[in-house]
Amino acid sequence: MSDFAYATAAVANAEIRKLMRDPTELVSRAVQPVLWLAVFGQVFSKVRGIPTGDIGYLDFMAPGILAQSILFSAIFYGIAIIWERDLGIIHKLLVTPASRVALVLGKGIAAGLRGLIQAVVVYLIAFALHIGIRWDLPAMVGVACAVFLGSCIFATFSLVIACIVKTRERFMGIGQVLTMPLFFASNAIYPIELMPGWLRTIAVANPLTYLVDALRHSMIVGGHGMYTLATSFEVMAAAFLLLLAVATKLYPGLVR
Amino acid sequence: MRTLAAATGCAIEARALTRNFGTFCALDHLDLMIPHQCIFGLLGPNGAGKSTTIKILTTLLDATSGSATVAGFDVAHKPLEVRRRIGYVPQLLSADGGLTARENLVLSASLYGLRGRLRDERIDEALAFADLEPVAHKLVKTFSGGMIRRLEIAQATLHRPEVLFLDEPTIGLDPVARRTVWGRLLELKADIGMTILLTTHDMEEADYLCDQLAILHRGRLATVGRPAELKRLIGPEATLSDVFVAHSGVCIEEGGHYREIRETRGTAQRLG
Repeated sequence: MSDFAYATAAVANAEIRKLMRDPTELVSRAVQPVLWLAVFGQVFSKVRGIPTGDIGYLDFMAPGILAQSILFSAIFYGIAIIWERDLGIIHKLLVTPASRVALVLGKGIAAGLRGLIQAVVVYLIAFALHIGIRWDLPAMVGVACAVFLGSCIFATFSLVIACIVKTRERFMGIGQVLTMPLFFASNAIYPIELMPGWLRTIAVANPLTYLVDALRHSMIVGGHGMYTLATSFEVMAAAFLLLLAVATKLYPGLVR
Repeated sequence: MRTLAAATGCAIEARALTRNFGTFCALDHLDLMIPHQCIFGLLGPNGAGKSTTIKILTTLLDATSGSATVAGFDVAHKPLEVRRRIGYVPQLLSADGGLTARENLVLSASLYGLRGRLRDERIDEALAFADLEPVAHKLVKTFSGGMIRRLEIAQATLHRPEVLFLDEPTIGLDPVARRTVWGRLLELKADIGMTILLTTHDMEEADYLCDQLAILHRGRLATVGRPAELKRLIGPEATLSDVFVAHSGVCIEEGGHYREIRETRGTAQRLG
C-alpha cells in the first residue's frame, strides 16, 4: 500500500472508531427521515398533486429523503473539524509528512462510511412503510456507491466551509442557511419539471440533484431519473474532486 | 540536499525571519542559531511571537520574509523534508480524546509512515516511555493532564525526529506531572540526541531544562544565551525572572491577544 493510501486509511479508521464508540449522532440523525417519510410523505401521498410518473409519492420521495439524510448529516461535519482545530489535533496532523489530500480524503471516506449506516436506517423505515425497494444486488451496489460518494461530497463541502469560517458559531449559522436551500433546490421531494426556470437552473448545478437521481434509478422499483446513472455518477465524481482540491488547499489555513 | 546549517552544526537556523498579520508585525527579523542536541527555550510575554516562530519552523505558517532551516532543510522550500524530521507538541491538547492511547499512537505512526513490525515496536516503546502501558487501551478522555502530555510527547517522537518542538509543554500541569514531563524531555535529549525547542512562560522550567534560551519581546529577539550567563549579566543574585523583566520590560502576565489567552486558559482548564 502506498504512503498516501496508508495515511488515508489511518485517518478514516480513526474517524470510524470514534463514531462507533459514540453512535448518538447516528441515532439522532435517524429521527429526521422517520418524520419526513412517515409524516410528511404519508400525508402528501394522499394529495396526489405532484406528478411522480408510475410510482407513488412515498416511493418517489424515499430516495430524496435518503439523500436529505446524508446531506443534513454530512453538512455539519465541519463542526467536528473546527472542534479538532480548537483542540490542536489538526496542528499535529499538519506537521506530519502525510499528504494533505490524504488527511482530507480520509475524513471524506469516514463520512462516506457513516452515510452507509444512515442508508440502512432509511431502508428500514422504507421497508416498514411498504415502499417498493429494489433488493437486487446491482441496485444495492448502486445505492451504496451513490450514498458513499454523496456523503464524501457534502462532508468535504462542509470542510471547505469550516476552513473559511473557522469558528463554530459562524459555521452553525452558515450550515443552517445552506442545508434547506440545497434540499429545496433539488429533485428530492418534487420533480425538477415543476420548478420555475431560475430554480431549475440552480437545481441542475446542485450535486444533491444528481445524488437523488442516482438513488431514484437504483433504489425504487420502477424508479427512473432525469439523467443516466453514468451521468449522475460522473457529475458527483467531478464535484467531489473539485471540492477535495479546494479543501486540500484550504485545510492548512485552519491553523494559521 | 541539506543546507549549510546542517554542516555548521545548527539544528535550527532563522535569518531575519519576519511575519506580518495585516499591519501587525508578529515577528520582526528574528535571527536564531540553535545547535544540535540542545534544549532551547523561547521565552516572552503573550504576543511576543513565540507561537508564530514555532508555527513557521514547523511549516504551519509561511514567513512574510526571511528564511529558516530545520534539520538542514529550508522550511519554505522543503517543507516535506522538514516534516519528516520534526515532532511537534502543540500548546493545545492534540491527543484525540475519542481514541485510546494506542489508537492515537497508531494514527501518528501511520501518518509518519511507520508500518508493520517497526510500527508496533515503536508504539510499545512509546507506551513504555510515557509510562502508559497499563492504560494503553483506555480512552484518552479519561486521562489526567500529565498522562495526556506524556502521550503527546510519545506521539511526536515515534519516528525519532531530529528536532522536537513543544509549545508550552507543561501549561496547566501540577508540579509532579510537570517534573515527569521534564524528565521525559531530558531523556530524549540524552538517549536520542534530540534537539528540543520549547516555548514557556515558566521561568523555573526554563532554568531547569534549557541549555540556551532566547527572550522575545514584541516580535524581536531581546536577548539570547545560556541561563547562567544571562543571569550573571543582570547581577549576582539575579533570577531568570529578573532577566525576563529586564529584557522584555514587562511582567510575564502582561500582553497577549484574546485568542491566545482563550487558548491558553482552555488548555489549562482541560489539563487541570
